Amino acid sequence: MIEFEMPKPIGQQKYLLQTVAEEMMRPHSRYFDEHEHQIPWDYINFMHQAMRAVGAGSLAPREKKNGGEEGEAKKKDRPPIGYQSLAFMLETLSWGDVGMYLVTPGGGLGAAAVEATGTPQQKEKFLARFRTEKPTFGAMAMTEPQAGSDTSAIRTTAILDKATNEWVLNGEKIFVTAGHKSLCESDGFIVVWATIDPKAGRAGMRSFVVEAGTPGVQVTKLEHKMGIRVSDTASVVLQDARIPFENILGNPEVIVEKTVTKGFKGAMATFDATRPLVAATGVGVARATLELLKEMLAQQGVTIRYGLPRQKLTNVEREVIDMEVMLESAWLLVIKAVWMADNRKPNPLEASMSKVRAGDVVTRITQKAVEIMGPLGYTREFLLEKWFRDAKITDIYEGTGQINRLVVARNILGYRGSELR
Amino acid sequence: MYSFEPTDEQKMLVEAIQRYAEKDLRPAAHEADESNQFPPAVIEKGWELGLLQASIPEAYGGFGEHSAVTGVLAAEQMAWGDLAGTLAVLAPGLFALPIFLVGSEEQKTQYLPAVIEAEWKPYTAALLEPRFDFDLNDLKSTAKESKDSYVLNGGKVYVPFAADAKAMIVYARLNDATQGFIVPGGVEGLKIEGRQPLMGIKALPVYKVTLDNVRVPKANRLGGAEGHELSPIIDLARVAVAALAVGLSRAAFEYSRDYAKEREAFGVKIAQKQAIAFMLAEMATEIEAIRLLTWEAAWMLDTKKPEASKHAYLAHTGATDMAMMVTDRAVQILAGHGYIREHPVEMWMRSGRGVATFTGLAMV
Repeated sequence: MIEFEMPKPIGQQKYLLQTVAEEMMRPHSRYFDEHEHQIPWDYINFMHQAMRAVGAGSLAPREKKNGGEEGEAKKKDRPPIGYQSLAFMLETLSWGDVGMYLVTPGGGLGAAAVEATGTPQQKEKFLARFRTEKPTFGAMAMTEPQAGSDTSAIRTTAILDKATNEWVLNGEKIFVTAGHKSLCESDGFIVVWATIDPKAGRAGMRSFVVEAGTPGVQVTKLEHKMGIRVSDTASVVLQDARIPFENILGNPEVIVEKTVTKGFKGAMATFDATRPLVAATGVGVARATLELLKEMLAQQGVTIRYGLPRQKLTNVEREVIDMEVMLESAWLLVIKAVWMADNRKPNPLEASMSKVRAGDVVTRITQKAVEIMGPLGYTREFLLEKWFRDAKITDIYEGTGQINRLVVARNILGYRGSELR
Repeated sequence: MYSFEPTDEQKMLVEAIQRYAEKDLRPAAHEADESNQFPPAVIEKGWELGLLQASIPEAYGGFGEHSAVTGVLAAEQMAWGDLAGTLAVLAPGLFALPIFLVGSEEQKTQYLPAVIEAEWKPYTAALLEPRFDFDLNDLKSTAKESKDSYVLNGGKVYVPFAADAKAMIVYARLNDATQGFIVPGGVEGLKIEGRQPLMGIKALPVYKVTLDNVRVPKANRLGGAEGHELSPIIDLARVAVAALAVGLSRAAFEYSRDYAKEREAFGVKIAQKQAIAFMLAEMATEIEAIRLLTWEAAWMLDTKKPEASKHAYLAHTGATDMAMMVTDRAVQILAGHGYIREHPVEMWMRSGRGVATFTGLAMV
């Protein structure tokens, strides 16, 4: 039966997170925007303790291991809501501050990759650290200076040294979100995408867990960005970095076979799970913006009249009503995509649709809000201008709006990559 | 909980409508548009699917329960076949559903079985007025209370099947509120001014109607002596039009998608060009976004959520832009061929522009 009721456990979680967003994030948004690369330890430590208390360690939903008999029985009756719960969590935290959300401890996209493609042993080995005393971070290292959306152009190599049974990694990664926190501020790891056969293109692509403290791994640069300035965006150089054979994600014995394209497919499968979540962060920024816009307009005596013909509305009312349509429909696309993920329905189309829509919507809403509020929108005294700068990244990372259009197009047309480039 | 899975009953209904839309509505659509007339046999066949009948409980001659969610699923699927034909099939609902929703017990018993139990007959409603800023909360048609009756005056437009209507609901302003009145066909002062020529939905006969001191008994005020709320009617009219827009747009999207996979230029199918492929991707995304918005609004109406009216309004607003965007692009993808009436996309584009105006022409 078609339903749109927020599940009860999510409602309770949302209430708590809304408080976190209001108390721990918003009051510090401006400070960390103006002091790039300072680390909001208060928020990080608070979130780490809070997440430990509820047993959450990483971004990806996990099967509970220690559920009692009763708990297990109950769980079977209830439909799974892990990804839905995450989408609400990310939306709410991004409503608080999307940059600060990115420095939430836990595995981030690195852990998501391990969850999506790792073996049970690998999950145990690499993810346990996120549940320890100290806040720990994880990151995904895919982009290179010459390879953005075109991941098949990745040049970082991983060569197996048979004498020591180690992978030797060489190359440069850029735009690694939380790369510095993962490698320098905690005992975390980054998931590095590299080729085991440069001639094989995508078929040679594999992912490797590179842990903090690995010799030959160096953070060489922190980017200065338009927005999300509290989040560190790192360049990482790998110079003869040696990692154990088992750190290749997936079953090492199988995945080393060069004919298998499982490695690349693993990355794409990760995207099916993470794209709606990144879309959710965009929706969070858009909601924050629309709420503040309506509040500021109300202070100036403008309230929005719903139900009128468009011909009778003021231009500002039309803009706001259009924003509501955009925001709500984008959010519903996110919910549908994560609902499919929870129910194990293949969702590459819906995942990319949600990302396309959310990227468009948050860009448009934040731009329009600054325009509508005029001198009050452009000033750094309010957060509208910051959200405008923050928002743009959600239409770029985890697949640009254009790459996601390509994914949507291939899906609706039934084309392979070679048929629609 | 969230769920995007229709019930088994809803799936069966949608499949039945799908067959009808594909086998009956779609093949008749072009000729109907050219000749300004929909074949009565096709309308009757659509009526026999029992959409309205299944929305009304047994006590009033139907065999089901009203559900806005079921309504929008059905409306979308039927409009995919043809919009004018769908509006014709649904027309008796313009009369029956407001009575069911807000009518008095006497009105329900008196009118509903007559509509529901028979073959399709022209029942209708008169809401729109000829003004650019037509506002259903601020009608210029008036109802004045006299000793034992209400006296209606004003001008109405876009009244489907008005010339032959057995009865219609006429909306008019009474003491600053919009109220419905049950007006039998052929009463004194009810003047059918003639059929209106429209840009689209040409196969649906719509009329200009003048009310010149039309007298109806007090018992004919919708809801009885106390009258009625307007929003239950308008909310369902809005989600209905939104759902019709989604179905119409999906038809245009699918047609242009299939065309783009066949048509060659520069040695490849045009769908293999990003310029075309991205248009299609955006059309598909937009349709899905507004479909979900419509579903949510319908679900809110069924579950009586306080924000339901606002969401019905948002769904209709979103559908207005979506339908225009999608149908326009469908024509653009077929380009010169899209402009030729042999392909249906230009007809869908003409229909698409009407979504903003059509509130009150359908209910679910």
